[in-house]
Amino acid sequence: MRKVAVIGVGCTPFGEKWETSFRNLFVDAGARALEDAGISGEQIDELFVGNMSAGRFVEQEHIGALIADYAGLATTHIPSTRVEAACASGGLAFRQAVTAVASGNADIVVAAGVEKMTDVGTGVTVDTLAGAADREWEGFAGATFPGLYAMIARDYMHRFGLTREQLAMVAVKNHKNGAKNPIAQFQKEISLETVLTSSLVADPLRLFDCSPITDGAAAVIVAPLERAREFTDTPIAVLASAQASDTIALHDRRDISTLDATVAAAARAFSIAGLDRRDIDMVEVHDCFTIAEICAIEDLGFCKKGEAGRLTEEGYTAIDGTLPVNPSGGLKACGHPVGATGVKQVYEIVTQLRGEAKGRQVDGEIGMTHNVGGTGATVVCNILGVV
Amino acid sequence: MSVARFWRKQPQRYNLTGTCCETCGAVFFPPRSFCPECRRDGRIVDHDFAGTGTVVTFTVIRTASEAFEHLTPYVLAIVELDEGPRLTSQIVCSPDEAYIGMPVKKVFRKLGSDGEAGPLYYGTKFVPAR
Repeated sequence: MRKVAVIGVGCTPFGEKWETSFRNLFVDAGARALEDAGISGEQIDELFVGNMSAGRFVEQEHIGALIADYAGLATTHIPSTRVEAACASGGLAFRQAVTAVASGNADIVVAAGVEKMTDVGTGVTVDTLAGAADREWEGFAGATFPGLYAMIARDYMHRFGLTREQLAMVAVKNHKNGAKNPIAQFQKEISLETVLTSSLVADPLRLFDCSPITDGAAAVIVAPLERAREFTDTPIAVLASAQASDTIALHDRRDISTLDATVAAAARAFSIAGLDRRDIDMVEVHDCFTIAEICAIEDLGFCKKGEAGRLTEEGYTAIDGTLPVNPSGGLKACGHPVGATGVKQVYEIVTQLRGEAKGRQVDGEIGMTHNVGGTGATVVCNILGVV
Repeated sequence: MSVARFWRKQPQRYNLTGTCCETCGAVFFPPRSFCPECRRDGRIVDHDFAGTGTVVTFTVIRTASEAFEHLTPYVLAIVELDEGPRLTSQIVCSPDEAYIGMPVKKVFRKLGSDGEAGPLYYGTKFVPAR
């Protein structure tokens, strides 16, 4: 297998983008990535796009061809493939692109993610997102997506003594980071009290425990590491890209508060990269809800089960802490256009490792991403490093 | 939701009828037609559950999807049946009444409808067992 590097990245501002269309979101992110890599469209060999549910959000399927077309690549007739694993769709697209290059099947490959979520009402959005879990045996009974994570939170708090305040501190920290991120949906700090007095969505989770509904797109371009310097002076190596799966329904998990797919994907990623947890300088984790960041820190192996709440309270995961978690603001503050999130995480880590993150810059040479589909039925972990 | 998807001729929608692998004795709800342990050596037959169990974890849904909005706030839980399998279901009780470890038993209830005039669908909920 060939070694792979990221040679260009691009991301749209995240938010409620009523002034733009699904296809224009993607074109914007793709154009930024091409410009960043200094290449033209004709040099692209293949394209993968992560998208959860354009069919429900904008009533458009056949996304692969659509975005290749509007990216101006129709006449090149390159293969363009949509991949889907709910909120991990972007992570899948990145891993597919890395695999295509590593295998020698293609040289210059785009991994993109896009979601346009605000063109429908909240009820439709809630129902569509519930499809990331088991529609027949969770959604049919009345489960919502926040409701499932709320049941994780209840189980976790009961067993490990996590406090309501510690959960809120995850949101406060991520908003603090997001305030310094020019693409973030919420560039505003919030107080502990704001979280604790926001309306209940699904007990014990409140509105400010939840990531928002977001429009956005991100794109990254990968190439063989040996060719990377043809395109950029700052290639970022893909040290590992690993994926794992688990039961679709939360109730079938071995342990309600452990995402075994995170444990498995992380173990594979660290094994492939030949690295240890101590080697990681920063991590973007999938904080779709505050409890998800707590579980992620533990399930990735950065601490023992039950310790992440205390570590958050002590500032261990703050931007100036021992292990900065979600320097972008995470899904919570940067926003969560579901299909784009996994690619945006790679965008953030590449930006950090190049030293281009300005006000939210973290020192370090190795970063990690963690992207979850559903309540943990699919997980993608990537490790990236300075060359 | 559409009626075709929640078709009325699937008995597991109305009863706690799951499956059992006769080869290893494992019981499944929701029903599985393939035993993850015995794989192709598994012999799968129908299995009726007693309908009693315990709340493993729960939440109170306050923002629901359109089909359930009229029920809010409602208690949603993961219930562990006495025979072992777990499922997600509503508990018919007040939000302050639910607790982890609460004993519950199954009841047959209306779950929702396709809009105001559309067909009703039914299924299993649980009530406190005392």
